[in-house]
Amino acid sequence: MKMDRRQERELEAARKVAMAALATAPGDELKRLCVAAGIPNEAEMLRGPETGLVSVRGRIGGGGAPFNFGEATVTRATVRLPGGEIGHAYALGRDKEKARLSAITDALWQNPERRADIEDKIIAPLRAAQAAADETRRAETAATKVDFFTMVRGED
Amino acid sequence: MYVAVKGGEAAIANAHRLLADRRRGDRSVPALRIDQIVEQLALGVDRVMSEGSLYDRELAALAIMQSRGDLIEAIFLVRAYRTTLPRFGYTRPIDTAAMQVERRVSATYKDLPGGQLLGPTFDYTHRLLDPELAADPEVVEPEQREADGQRMARVAEILAHEGLIEADGELPEDHLTGDITREPLEFPLARDSRLQALSRGDEGFLLALGYSTQRGYGRSHPFVGEVRIGEVELELDVPELPFPVTLGRIRVTECQMVNQFKGSAKAPPQFTRGYGLVFGQSERKAMAMSLCDRALRAGELGEDITAPAQDEEFVISHSDNVQATGFVEHLKLPHYVDFQAELDLVRRMRTEHDKRNQPTDTDQREAAE
Repeated sequence: MKMDRRQERELEAARKVAMAALATAPGDELKRLCVAAGIPNEAEMLRGPETGLVSVRGRIGGGGAPFNFGEATVTRATVRLPGGEIGHAYALGRDKEKARLSAITDALWQNPERRADIEDKIIAPLRAAQAAADETRRAETAATKVDFFTMVRGED
Repeated sequence: MYVAVKGGEAAIANAHRLLADRRRGDRSVPALRIDQIVEQLALGVDRVMSEGSLYDRELAALAIMQSRGDLIEAIFLVRAYRTTLPRFGYTRPIDTAAMQVERRVSATYKDLPGGQLLGPTFDYTHRLLDPELAADPEVVEPEQREADGQRMARVAEILAHEGLIEADGELPEDHLTGDITREPLEFPLARDSRLQALSRGDEGFLLALGYSTQRGYGRSHPFVGEVRIGEVELELDVPELPFPVTLGRIRVTECQMVNQFKGSAKAPPQFTRGYGLVFGQSERKAMAMSLCDRALRAGELGEDITAPAQDEEFVISHSDNVQATGFVEHLKLPHYVDFQAELDLVRRMRTEHDKRNQPTDTDQREAAE
């Protein structure tokens, strides 16, 4: 069965979101979820896990021409499962085990028979935790919003 | 004749052993942990990341621990470490308008969309030392309030429709983004390379220069259009994936300085801008950077270059504290041969000087008369 272009794009978008959840996940939490979900621990390493740098770019004035303003550590890994699926992982920091597990998870995610399970047991909990942490932070920040009021002066 | 002198191996080894001991200090005091430094000395960690030009909290914390809290030494360690790693690429430019904002204030608009969010700031504290902190008191959880989800427009967008504020800085379309970590500095720099140098520049140096512009040395009439702090997502294009891969998030501080400008032969009267963008929560640094960025645009805007902060070669060549400390501190290393040569030279000059100024017999006789 051949996917049409639209389905392919939707699948890519979903994979991007899943990879982002893995990249943003705390290493310990990902390891715990992988064990709980029974993710196979063995896979053929095609690359890494290895740590390197990316040069981080901003834009002049916020929206103008790009400029480099510093670097960040990034760890990446590529694995192949016995079924032939190839998985990739990139994440800020130097956690090699996290990169390896993320790549295995990405590879499994590409198997249509495993996808729903991976989404349920790993991606969804990671996204929920991230969303809850973001919501807390937003609410804490919102409590520091200044409410201006006008002082009424005059004689009564 | 040149005589090579060796020695000091044992002294150096023992000095390093002594350093390790003094770094650890009294063993009856528990050792610091990396996570304690990351969590509780977070702004020191941010400074090391920003001037070390490497975003990695644990590494910066380790550097602070190893350097006994000497932040410039820690920055040096981080810079040295980054040279050991391969470069995977350049991220897509971050989108600060999509920031998960933790603090955002404007000194120019009271009621800007999204409002004034103070966040975790030292502003409005009384700067009184709190002796109770030493006893590790219980700290209450932060207050929470429902967020209104209003989009926080950048300040430039607010004045933009009147044409009274200049647009975000554009560079010619064929301009390749400069990278001062790859190419040697050549003056004059394009604004992108200059901002890269400023972003890793020494906070104290940039602060002093920014301050000098406020005191009249290259006056540029600044207002803080906006300061925002928060997390932004990083994305990287990689050949093996059909989409830009998300790497995670980093915290940055952005400052939009807005400067009244009376106009020149090159530009009409308007508000011009200086830009600051640094790793971590580093508001003072981002503000100083934006003041320096604006001052260094004097030439581009047709202003007279009269002050140190406007002199690009002066500012950029001296803003890097790793270079500065290397050159200043190398003076304490053995210069025995150089000094010996100079000593000979000064002796010779002194002899000649004395000879020239020695009163001759005739002079003495005249004086006596």
